[in-house]
Amino acid sequence: MNGSARYWREIPQRYRLEAAKCDGCGRIAFPPRVLCPGCRGRKFSKHVLAPEGRLESFTVIRVAPSGFSDLAPYAVGIVTLDDGVKLTAQVADCDPATLAVGRRMRIEFRRLRQEGESGILCYGYKVVPVDRGIGVPAAT
Amino acid sequence: MREVAVVGVGMNRWGELWEQSHRRIWTEAALEALSDAGVDRVEAMYVGCMSGGLFTGQEHLGALLADELAMGPIPGTRVESACASGGLAFRQAYLAVASGAHDVVLATGVEKMTDVDGAAATYALSTAADQEYECYHGLTFPGLYALMARAHMHRYGTTERQLAAVAVKNHRNGHRNPLAQYRDEVTLDQVMGATMVADPLTVLHCSPITDGAAAAVLVPLDMAKRLSPRPPVRVVASAHATDTIALHDRADLARLASTEKAAEIAYRQAGIGPSDLSFAEVHDCFTIAEVMVVEALGIADRGKGGALAESGYTALDGRLPVNPSGGLKSKGHPVGATGVAQVREAVMQLRGECGDRQVKDAKWGLTQNMGGTGASSVVHIFRRA
Repeated sequence: MNGSARYWREIPQRYRLEAAKCDGCGRIAFPPRVLCPGCRGRKFSKHVLAPEGRLESFTVIRVAPSGFSDLAPYAVGIVTLDDGVKLTAQVADCDPATLAVGRRMRIEFRRLRQEGESGILCYGYKVVPVDRGIGVPAAT
Repeated sequence: MREVAVVGVGMNRWGELWEQSHRRIWTEAALEALSDAGVDRVEAMYVGCMSGGLFTGQEHLGALLADELAMGPIPGTRVESACASGGLAFRQAYLAVASGAHDVVLATGVEKMTDVDGAAATYALSTAADQEYECYHGLTFPGLYALMARAHMHRYGTTERQLAAVAVKNHRNGHRNPLAQYRDEVTLDQVMGATMVADPLTVLHCSPITDGAAAAVLVPLDMAKRLSPRPPVRVVASAHATDTIALHDRADLARLASTEKAAEIAYRQAGIGPSDLSFAEVHDCFTIAEVMVVEALGIADRGKGGALAESGYTALDGRLPVNPSGGLKSKGHPVGATGVAQVREAVMQLRGECGDRQVKDAKWGLTQNMGGTGASSVVHIFRRA
């Protein structure tokens, strides 16, 4: 069981998709960093991630780690968003057999898991196929 | 820097060693290496161990294992780089001898993985990935390598059958290794038809959960004959490189940049290229890993690693045998021990002591050990002295 601070401090990224765009070279860091991985610059402006992108790769987790066992099987993918940022997320609201590299995905806000019987509810982003699923705007 | 030689290696039978503790497994491998080298004292020791804490609840392993060795207050250093912990511990021992800091050094690796259940082991291994941005979303190591496999298949047309050929080859080699955990041979159909873990990887595409240890004794090359009766094997290259911890931060999901970089440095140090190698022991934690590693090492052209395994080029009787020991796949993968066990295989192959899995006329051997999805890679090259 983790302390709540670990979840609380990631809220800007997990709930509001806040990234940092380097003022020097324009590279976007998600999550934000102290040093830009592109130019080692230290000045950033807030950037909210693009809400949609394409599926780069995907798998279906059938043997899950602790905390996810009752959710398996579930699909996880890497999505390249329209602003170039890549992120890992569960792929929800679809039959995994219909997934294909290149399929358009949209970010949605979901519950990811619960830490034990009365533990912390872990929220964050998942992605759903754009051509399916209930569209709610990504957090801004 | 001084030239360095390995004069002794040790390893026990790997597997589910219920009756043996973490420290006992380690001590037996260490003693075997000392006995093989014909030395009874070392000046310092290094131990590669990924997660004594999560697998057994025990940390502070440098001190604990130095104590078990009963050689007095020698410096004991624990090295962690996830599944590359063993290879990196060997490199630290190499640097200690090469720099002149010590003359006789013990490099070891150990992992005791079966004291926890499968879900806890899966979690412990997953700590090598980005906890907040990969594991938070339910990703596992089979899942991460499945993402790499899918990307490789999509880009290059690599097939499940080609990936399965890696498992078939490595189990065929491991069948001849008396210390391997799973010595059974497997067929392509068995690999592809086994229980799915993370699509497209079945359980037979994955290396197992293993208890085990391995050890090696390093000395300066010019002192080898005086310090040990054993034929020395030279360490002609030692290189280490890193990459992003999260797979999604890489420009190319189907490339192992850390292995490419470490290999480039190692080949330059050794003054050879991949075509000069007699064999390679590489980090096949999953079948796709071997495919991507042989490409990163320049043994296969980019995108052709799967076809190379299928062709027999990397088989024991092929042009360049890869994983003559059976690899992680068949020999087992006690994560912290793996990198040192690769060194043991290289040394024994170069001494011509591998029996019916012996590579003919072995002169140059390469080992490649990596952590996570390739966030760290360690490459060594050895030569028959």
